[in-house]
Amino acid sequence: MTRELAVRTRGLTRRFGRVTAVDGVDLEIPRAAIYGFLGPNGSGKSTTIRMLCGLLTPSAGAATVLGLEVPRDAEKLRRKLGYMTQRFSLYEDLTIAENLAFLGEIYSLPAAPRRARIEQLLDEFHLRELRDQRAGTCSGGQRQRLALAGATLHEPELLFLDEPTSAVDPQSRRDFWETLYRLVERGTTILVSTHFMDEAERCHELAILDRGRVVAAGAPERLMREIDASVVEISGADLRAARAALERLPAVQSVAQLGTRLHALVDPAQAEPAAHIVAALRGAGVEAHVELARASLEDVFVAATRPHAARSAA
Amino acid sequence: MNRARASLARIAAIARKELHHLQRDRLTGGMVAGVPLMMTLLFGYAINQDVRHLRAGVADLSGSQRARWLVADAQASQVIDVVADAASVQELERKLVAGEISVGIAIPADFDRRRVDGDRPGAQLLVDGGDPVVLAAVRGLMALPLERRAGAPVREAPPRAFELRAYYNPERRSPVHIVPALCGVILTLTLVLFTAVAIVRERERGNLELLITTPVQTPELMVGKIAPYVAIGYLQVTLILLFGRFLFDVPIEGSLVSLYVATGSFVAAALTLGLLISTVAQTQFQAFQMAFVSFLPQILLSGFMFPFDGMPAPARWLAEVLPLTHFLRIVRGIVLRGASLADVLPEVEALLIFFSIAFALAVLRFRKRLD
Repeated sequence: MTRELAVRTRGLTRRFGRVTAVDGVDLEIPRAAIYGFLGPNGSGKSTTIRMLCGLLTPSAGAATVLGLEVPRDAEKLRRKLGYMTQRFSLYEDLTIAENLAFLGEIYSLPAAPRRARIEQLLDEFHLRELRDQRAGTCSGGQRQRLALAGATLHEPELLFLDEPTSAVDPQSRRDFWETLYRLVERGTTILVSTHFMDEAERCHELAILDRGRVVAAGAPERLMREIDASVVEISGADLRAARAALERLPAVQSVAQLGTRLHALVDPAQAEPAAHIVAALRGAGVEAHVELARASLEDVFVAATRPHAARSAA
Repeated sequence: MNRARASLARIAAIARKELHHLQRDRLTGGMVAGVPLMMTLLFGYAINQDVRHLRAGVADLSGSQRARWLVADAQASQVIDVVADAASVQELERKLVAGEISVGIAIPADFDRRRVDGDRPGAQLLVDGGDPVVLAAVRGLMALPLERRAGAPVREAPPRAFELRAYYNPERRSPVHIVPALCGVILTLTLVLFTAVAIVRERERGNLELLITTPVQTPELMVGKIAPYVAIGYLQVTLILLFGRFLFDVPIEGSLVSLYVATGSFVAAALTLGLLISTVAQTQFQAFQMAFVSFLPQILLSGFMFPFDGMPAPARWLAEVLPLTHFLRIVRGIVLRGASLADVLPEVEALLIFFSIAFALAVLRFRKRLD
């Protein structure tokens, strides 16, 4: 099956001195979709995005963005890319309207369409009442809306969003994602990095990054369905004791607490995983309710990052 | 053609944005008008190489009427004010060491006889020679004509090799010399600082990461950053000349049009020097330090503090590289001597060469990359 790709990388690597921030990353990002980078801080999400924008030169490997090679053809891509930086990078001492007008002029939009586009964005991002307020005095959510409005002003084909929701409240995050879906419907490709599981789950496809490597990639549902472990859910009064008992089992890859339950990832080679857990808990004298569960994205994340963690710890 | 229009539009966008910043940054805004006013007042009043009213002490061992006339004549020249009397030359020396006086007049007991002999000097001047300017002023006292009242035999004045005629500043007023040069010093101080922080500030505040992902080209960014400050440079020159004219009565002999045309080359050179600093510095603090380091040699070597011709050759070679040196020749030439634009053309050319090289270096140093 061939699908149209917005971004394709092969062995993309970036070293800073002796630290390898991005390590041989292969990516295939389809057009007109939301593609997520999920990973903890320092996993190489921002560095990868910066290389794809042409801001950082790869130490090794190749990247093709919208059919053009970066960083060589980065200047030709400028008008087709939108980039929302992790840190607010518009001008705090300029008003919202001034910031947008500045970007419109820099992108050479003719005066009349530029004004029309800015009016449209002010409505779409609920910034109309704030248009003459300085960006520095806006709240986190307002600034985030302004930054996204700025990044989409020139209607780019490909939008890079680097942890766009790390400084905003849950309601703003929900609204923000609605906006992203609207953009995708119009044909925009969006690459968004996050460390929130619920956001990652909203992506059409995602790559899980850990210490500069892609440790899992694909549609979230598929990743959850095809997780390389059995997920056993344990609920009961003494979760701490249960956890201690389970962590000793060789077949249990990891145990994580999710609210009032434990999720144990059990080696897929283990037959009857639930019964195995029940037997172990009974042996330790812990009362608990045990059942097989559907994997969550967090389980996928834990399973994907675990072998790597074990390897580098050894 | 269309590309040129788009390019100009981007330059205008950057320039407009800089003006917005400037409008909202009260400190920088204050520097535009405040520094010229403050510096003109400060330098105009405080720097005075025409020294008067030095504190003096007198040790008169002769007690004669003629010695008193001598002291009165010296005082009448306004170079010294007698503030202390001493009983002996030793006491005079002590006062000199203590800093109570900077000039001592020692009149020997046989003053009257020395006057008549005429082949030995009548009295002695003890001077704190640490400051050459003071020494030069006191030297002027030695030419004091004693013949008039101090009663020496009337002789013909010795024939002089030279007769002095001072052009352009006959009253030897320091502000006339200093205020036009202040234009250059103030422009150097403020303009270099304005642009030295221009790019590094965007880097520090995180704006640069966004700006370099836009289609703006490096030369456009640089020109856009400089453009608003050219206007500010002209505003400052105008203010300083007005202050000079009305506060210190500094005349403008040459044509204002010539001055403004020639000033353009210096403003461009100073702003570009700042821009170059901005592409080297990693933080605003570093930019300030570098601006300061570039400022000192310009003040010291340009001819603002010391006459250019008196400096050793290596210092003069270095000075030829500094924009302020050339601007001082331009501004003093046009304002004080009424020189024409053609007269100062070599200096304008030197400034344009400086501008071109610094601009090329700034563009080459700036990368639309983060690594």
